[in-house]
Amino acid sequence: MQTLLVASRKGLFVLYGDATTWTITAHHFAGDPVTQVLADPRDGCWYAALRMGHFGVKLRKSSDQGATWSEIGAPAFPAKPADGPWADDPTPWNVDLVWSLAVADPALPGSLWAGCMPAGLFRSDDGGLNWALNTALWHEPLRLQWMGGGNDYPGMHSVLVDPRDVHHVSVAISCGGVWQTHDSGQTWELTAAGMTADYLPDEAAHDGNTQDPHRMVQCAAQPDVMWIQHHCGLYRSVDGGLYWTSVTAPDPSGFGFAVACDPADPQRAWFAPAQADIQRYPVGGRMVVTRTDDGGASFRTLHQGLPQRDAYHLVYRHSLALAPDRQTLALASTTGGLWISADAGEQWQCVSRDLPPVAALAWVP
Amino acid sequence: MVQVEFASSLRRHVACSAQSVAPGSLREVLTQALAANPGLGHYVLDDQGNVRKHVAVFVNKSLVLDRVHLVQPLRAGDRVLVAQALTGG
Repeated sequence: MQTLLVASRKGLFVLYGDATTWTITAHHFAGDPVTQVLADPRDGCWYAALRMGHFGVKLRKSSDQGATWSEIGAPAFPAKPADGPWADDPTPWNVDLVWSLAVADPALPGSLWAGCMPAGLFRSDDGGLNWALNTALWHEPLRLQWMGGGNDYPGMHSVLVDPRDVHHVSVAISCGGVWQTHDSGQTWELTAAGMTADYLPDEAAHDGNTQDPHRMVQCAAQPDVMWIQHHCGLYRSVDGGLYWTSVTAPDPSGFGFAVACDPADPQRAWFAPAQADIQRYPVGGRMVVTRTDDGGASFRTLHQGLPQRDAYHLVYRHSLALAPDRQTLALASTTGGLWISADAGEQWQCVSRDLPPVAALAWVP
Repeated sequence: MVQVEFASSLRRHVACSAQSVAPGSLREVLTQALAANPGLGHYVLDDQGNVRKHVAVFVNKSLVLDRVHLVQPLRAGDRVLVAQALTGG
């Protein structure tokens, strides 16, 4: 039996089940938007990021699988300087959204990273009670050129900690490219070479600093292999993100937001395509998932059990998630659909078509 | 004293009973009232200490449009209500 956490526009749902039977067993924070969720493999704690329409970003934590929740600290920017180089920063110094949560160091219980919108990176070393802004990246002068991608301001949606070296962290920003640190955030390097942004003037299309990676994931067994679903297609890196190689768009589309990869197989990854940035729904109203088993050289288009007509589901970047068993795959949409496959996407079972818009999925390890 | 009350939509999330605090500027009054609960301030004020975009502060039934300076002087007998603005979906 496995447990899936579903962060939605109207609360956090808990699903429990196995290959053929899934049941919603709990609904937390009913009515409140939940933008991200983390099930901590170190101590079993659950973290839920709320984006309250009136009262801002909040973080809640449970140490008993959701039976009780407590409020912990929320990432917050320091006071914006009244003078100096950042006084005229057009980006608000207010956290509007916690978009990513990650374990910072498996050996240090309570150490966490939080990527936010605007695109600040925050770290906690006390289980989320207190958070500190990573000032090295926030004060990076190139940040002023970052752009919002479908949002008013740039946001950090992917924070990946290298399993070989916790000091090596890669973050992806819409739209600010990919940045990496090898010293736990003291210094940062832009690593988006190879990407092309066809929405920019030709002279700027290869500028790494304004690329729009929609989602970035990393193979745990071979962390030099990384995948990106970019605004303008798919990319793969085999050198830890130093260079990104374009992957030929599979049928029916290379546009989308989500990507999931196999933690043990560097050749295997899944995507959830939509038609295009100006038509953000499945091509022809036919919902599919694409999977490559050979590093992006070829793809299979998987659709058994997914709606094949009049389907206008969009899958957000955190709503395609592979379970620890490496076979169970969950897929959720902005129109409240949730499907689970027990066989790596070959066959899908509809769990619900009636959920609120889903922001993120997380399997409990 | 100035009476500060919090709407039920806020009390749903964080304990914040009505407060009776000393007169002063609106910011001084809010600062005293928000001290009632360590987590309360972040519900009402944003990272920069301004009244949140979708929070409404009323003084004696008048909506306070200023979210930044909060220098409006309040006298004994004034009443403050912290509520949610109408927003959502």
